[in-house]
Amino acid sequence: MNRHLLSINDLTYEDAVLILDTAAELAKISDAPVKKLPTLRGRTVVNLFFEDSTRTRISFEAAAKRLSADVINFSAKGSSLSKGESLKDTALTLQAMGADAVIIRHGASGAPARLADQQWMTGSVINAGDGTHEHPTQALLDAFTIRKHLRPGQKDLSGLKVAIVGDVLHSRVARSNVLLLHKLGAIVTLVAPPTLLPVGVESWPVEIAFGLDLVVAKSDVVMMLRIQRERMADLFFPSEREYSRQFGLNGDRLKMMQPTALVMHPGPMNRGLEISADSADSLQSVIVEQVANGVSVRMAVLYLLLGGSPLSAENSKVLSDKVVI
Amino acid sequence: MTNVMNGADISRALRRIAHEIIERNRGSENLVILGIPTRGAFLSARVADLIAEIEGKPIRRGTLDITMFRDDLRMRAPKALLPTEIPLGGIEGTDLIIVDDVFFSGRTIRAALDALGEMGRPKTVQLAVLVDRGHRELPIRADFVGKNIPTSRDEIVKVHLTEIDGSDEVLIEGQR
Amino acid sequence: MSKLTLIGGITAAGQKLNITISGKKISELTIDTPVAGNEILDITGSLIIPGLVDLHTHLREPGKEDAENVESGSRAAVKGGYTAISAMPNTDPVADTAGVVEQVFSLGKAAGLCDVFPIGAVTQGQRGEQLAEILAMAQSAAKVRMFSDDGHCVFDPLVMRRALEYVKMFDGVIAQHAQDPRLTIDAQMNEGEISAKLGLKGWPAVAEEAIIARDILLTDHVQSRLHICHVTTAGGVELIRWAKSRGINVTAEVTPHHLLLTDDLAESYDPIYKVNPPLRNVRDVEALREGLADGTIDIVATDHAPHPTESKECEWQAASFGMIGLETALSVVVKTMISSKLMTWSDLVDRMAIAPARIGGYAEQGKEFALGNFANITVVNPNKTWVVNKDASMSKSRNTPFHGLELPGVITDVFFNGARVLQDEKVIGKI
Repeated sequence: MNRHLLSINDLTYEDAVLILDTAAELAKISDAPVKKLPTLRGRTVVNLFFEDSTRTRISFEAAAKRLSADVINFSAKGSSLSKGESLKDTALTLQAMGADAVIIRHGASGAPARLADQQWMTGSVINAGDGTHEHPTQALLDAFTIRKHLRPGQKDLSGLKVAIVGDVLHSRVARSNVLLLHKLGAIVTLVAPPTLLPVGVESWPVEIAFGLDLVVAKSDVVMMLRIQRERMADLFFPSEREYSRQFGLNGDRLKMMQPTALVMHPGPMNRGLEISADSADSLQSVIVEQVANGVSVRMAVLYLLLGGSPLSAENSKVLSDKVVI
Repeated sequence: MTNVMNGADISRALRRIAHEIIERNRGSENLVILGIPTRGAFLSARVADLIAEIEGKPIRRGTLDITMFRDDLRMRAPKALLPTEIPLGGIEGTDLIIVDDVFFSGRTIRAALDALGEMGRPKTVQLAVLVDRGHRELPIRADFVGKNIPTSRDEIVKVHLTEIDGSDEVLIEGQR
Repeated sequence: MSKLTLIGGITAAGQKLNITISGKKISELTIDTPVAGNEILDITGSLIIPGLVDLHTHLREPGKEDAENVESGSRAAVKGGYTAISAMPNTDPVADTAGVVEQVFSLGKAAGLCDVFPIGAVTQGQRGEQLAEILAMAQSAAKVRMFSDDGHCVFDPLVMRRALEYVKMFDGVIAQHAQDPRLTIDAQMNEGEISAKLGLKGWPAVAEEAIIARDILLTDHVQSRLHICHVTTAGGVELIRWAKSRGINVTAEVTPHHLLLTDDLAESYDPIYKVNPPLRNVRDVEALREGLADGTIDIVATDHAPHPTESKECEWQAASFGMIGLETALSVVVKTMISSKLMTWSDLVDRMAIAPARIGGYAEQGKEFALGNFANITVVNPNKTWVVNKDASMSKSRNTPFHGLELPGVITDVFFNGARVLQDEKVIGKI
């Protein structure tokens, strides 16, 4: 695996399956009386969050601590750091502190890539969400959740029909999910008004539908994206009512879904806008479980990136069980 | 490549180990058999089946992956995890038999003991191995041994099992 | 009066020519025999071309002297073979009055390394609302003829119309930065597949093309003169070609970086590639090269945009737009247009010296060698290559996208009004 996890494109098919398999094993830890493994003892993991996100930060923190790593939380929001200059100086500080891994969430697309590229630091960089670019661990935990329910015991998601619904244009979760679901063999349909689809989406490995009714009955997974009310002011859609009517997962559409189909949402939800309360709380909803799975998946990522020898800049293959000690 | 145990040898050794376990523990009431994947897990399943056959009742069994507890993690790339399945009821207060294929430096067993420590407190922990090849680096010993095979350090001991390799045999590679 | 004869040089047209410089002017042009008694400079094997003329340079003075000032910009110009540059008015304060343009003009004279011709703002503060005192700037010592709000588009069609009409008083020209602001709010890079993948807000080609189309029609309607800054789109080239076929008085420029670089470079998220207007795709680059070759695009202009290191060492969105380009311009044009046989050296001289001087109204620059002309001469070794090193730039800033690239064409000597300001690739003295 690559030293950094900045984008789903950093993972091969084998890497992605390995992460899911590893996460499946690690998920059992949460059932054990002592929820700790010594694997990352002595390693320092820094949470570098330039954007608010209690949920993701806590998830990474829990993951690191369950592997016995030392966790340092650095929240740049609200501090005296100014935009633009802060990234380099922060990176140099982290390097001086001996960070083995930096988990970074930033409002600017590409900020993690800058951190990794500039060689200001030698640790691993894990993208916890950069602007509208990607959020790889979210896609991984989404894939993990889907696999657990709909393809238990199997490697990937071949043939599953996944609908991703909402503001694709501004969604890093959508981008990472499109890449990963496609890599794992799923068939992805994006459901959004044309104003919320990026120019160039025609070259993505997806189908497009301009209304949720068109796909809700045949989808195995309906993944709702958060829609920000501010998009109305920027002329992306005329009213919440119109958006909801065409694209919202309301009670009627929930009934049209197959009984085994999953309702997913990366959170936080706008109950009543893109998803009704009934749908969010229905038996088919795995939204709460997504959060729990996030910890296992992030533990897997941290283990695979940090658990072995400090990796060189080249890719390093994870060894199979052929080594005899 | 020298064959030091064939299929029949392995069968006999496992059957004897099964009897020894029952004898040492005065029955099978409290037993849990855990194998260390990959081949230790297959062997432990066979031992558990043998004990179940002898005693006429089911025996609790499972697997214990020790990858995360290895003491040489930092020296190489991370290894893929193998399955850990602990039987219902856990290991608390049990006579726990760890089963592995080759007993060498002892570090795998040390890692297994650490892994168990996170899970509970067995009454006893005992070790059954198919092959003991010597060269211990830690003060750990086996309770049940299929065959003692003195080796030199640079020889390689290969255990093949039908479940994964197509045949049962123990081979030694290297200068002999 | 000191006399210096350059012998052994070849003109862009391929003819041997020896040039004698007396004082500030060309006093002799001969074919073979060197005149006795003169100081001789042997430039055998080199090309001699008129000093290059840039119509689009950001010198940052007054107000942003940490990035560049008139003197350091002049040094960079000389290193790049330029004997005249044009200072864009987006300084602080904006050059929208006679006072500021005269200040920039005299700073150029004081530096004495090349001609610095200030460009005046079209609107006050470049805010796009009220016309600036264009006539005052035209009548000042700086004699401004070209006006631009570069950095911003003159978006209001009524304001653009009035400006085009107003400059007819003195045969001035409005140079438009074609960028519809409503279509490019917070835009970061070319809108297309790459921007969609990278999650960077797109700057669609239509935002440039729509303004070009509108302004061409306005120019025709009021019978004035229009210049389009930094064209980057295939559609823009087509529109300009159409305009010229109708006899509309429009000229256009392309930057060296838009002749070579494409938007896939943004995949690294390195903001060294962040520029306004943005790098576009291969089809646009091909159209721009064709347009420059056939004269639809009249000139090459550098849009030299210095920025301090820290504003390029951060995340893309926070970085400044712009690349320096005076020192690499000629070499990039050689690489993209001459090595590829799209243009000859004569064409290059037209696009980089003669036509810019004509459009800008610079009487003493961009002329074929003739007796009595001011000696503004650039000597180029067309066969040598060099490797761009950002740390060796004459400019105060380092933001070149070409660092590490090997480029053809080494400028060895430059004469500005007869004075040798570049000697053996080193910038020396001033008048």
